[in-house]
Amino acid sequence: MPQIAQIGEIYASQLFWLAIFFGLILIVVGYGMLPKIQATVDARDAKIAADLKTAEEARARADSLEEDYRAALDKSRAEASRLAGEAKATAAKKTEASVKRADASIGKKLDAAAAELADARKAAMAEIEAVAAEAAQDMVAKIAGLTVDKKTASAAVAAALAKGK
Amino acid sequence: MHQFEVHPLMGQNWEVAGYHVPFTNSAAWMLLTLVVLWLFMLGGMKRELVPGRWQMAVEGFTGFITDMMDTNIGPQGRKFVPYVFSLFMFILFANLLGMLPTALVGVHAFTVTSHLTITGVLAIVSFAIVLIVGFAKHKLHFFSLFVPHGTPLPMIPLIFVIELVSFMVRPFSLGLRLFVAMTAGHILLKVLAGFVINGAAAGAGTALIVSIPSFVLMVGITLLEILVAAIQAYVFALLTSLYLNDAINLH
Repeated sequence: MPQIAQIGEIYASQLFWLAIFFGLILIVVGYGMLPKIQATVDARDAKIAADLKTAEEARARADSLEEDYRAALDKSRAEASRLAGEAKATAAKKTEASVKRADASIGKKLDAAAAELADARKAAMAEIEAVAAEAAQDMVAKIAGLTVDKKTASAAVAAALAKGK
Repeated sequence: MHQFEVHPLMGQNWEVAGYHVPFTNSAAWMLLTLVVLWLFMLGGMKRELVPGRWQMAVEGFTGFITDMMDTNIGPQGRKFVPYVFSLFMFILFANLLGMLPTALVGVHAFTVTSHLTITGVLAIVSFAIVLIVGFAKHKLHFFSLFVPHGTPLPMIPLIFVIELVSFMVRPFSLGLRLFVAMTAGHILLKVLAGFVINGAAAGAGTALIVSIPSFVLMVGITLLEILVAAIQAYVFALLTSLYLNDAINLH
């Protein structure tokens, strides 16, 4: 095995060149390049963290804006429904009043019409009685040959009408 | 075994403080590891806020190690991320580059991490950091690491010795694990490749019985080796982070 057989011969050279080249790697790569690369990584991580924080803040702001908006919306909606309720109540009251007014006037008209109707019925009744009395007078004269005066005939008709009712 | 041999490419007579330090093939692959790792990391240096694919890949690796340190150690672990990251990437890239079929273009691939001299030194460095951090942070109180909470008084000397031994074994297990895993994988592939070639050379019948099954097995084991390359790098980094956690948080 040359690694062991040659040790006495090569150890100084191996050690010397290892010291030089590993030393160079340590200085140039380890202490020269590595911190810069790591700094880039750290800067990127910091940037990402900062961006995330900004985004989080923006989201919080958007959330609060939405909350405000929703509150304002709720308020105006409540206001609108209150106004609508009031208007409805007012309208209902107005309608009720006008209905009452209309009711009164219709009742008055109805009473007048009923009175008129009663008058007409009374007149018609009197007329019917008069016509019936006349007809009864004629019938008695034709059938019995009796002459009944108007007063007796009317009384008889009235009695018959009252009985027939 | 030829693939594990270290031989000088140039500077046979270079010396540093009396030690012979030629530029070997091992050093060349370490250099390659450094260059490839540097190029890979360069792709992650665009530092765009919205990363491209390459930058995502690099950030995936850095994030992986950073997360591991954060979960295992906590915020204090951030200080050690450069070291553990370098360790992880060096081992991972060295493992993977050693698997490259560069022999196709006439260059023999060399796995840096299959050498005890390399893995041992990395393990000792990790262990030394643990010791330095532990003693600097907790002074002599660091020894309480070897006495778990709730140990009965008469048991303390025994437990202390056992814990101390298990603690001292750590650098060996750390270094040997990587070295053995990489060496064994490469030897297994080499043996199977030998079966394929020798079987084919012995005639059509042997080729059918030996070479083809061995080749299929090689494909599977190669995939397994790529997995092992990543796992061993991860294990080394993970254990280093766990040992550091012991030193920093001390129970």
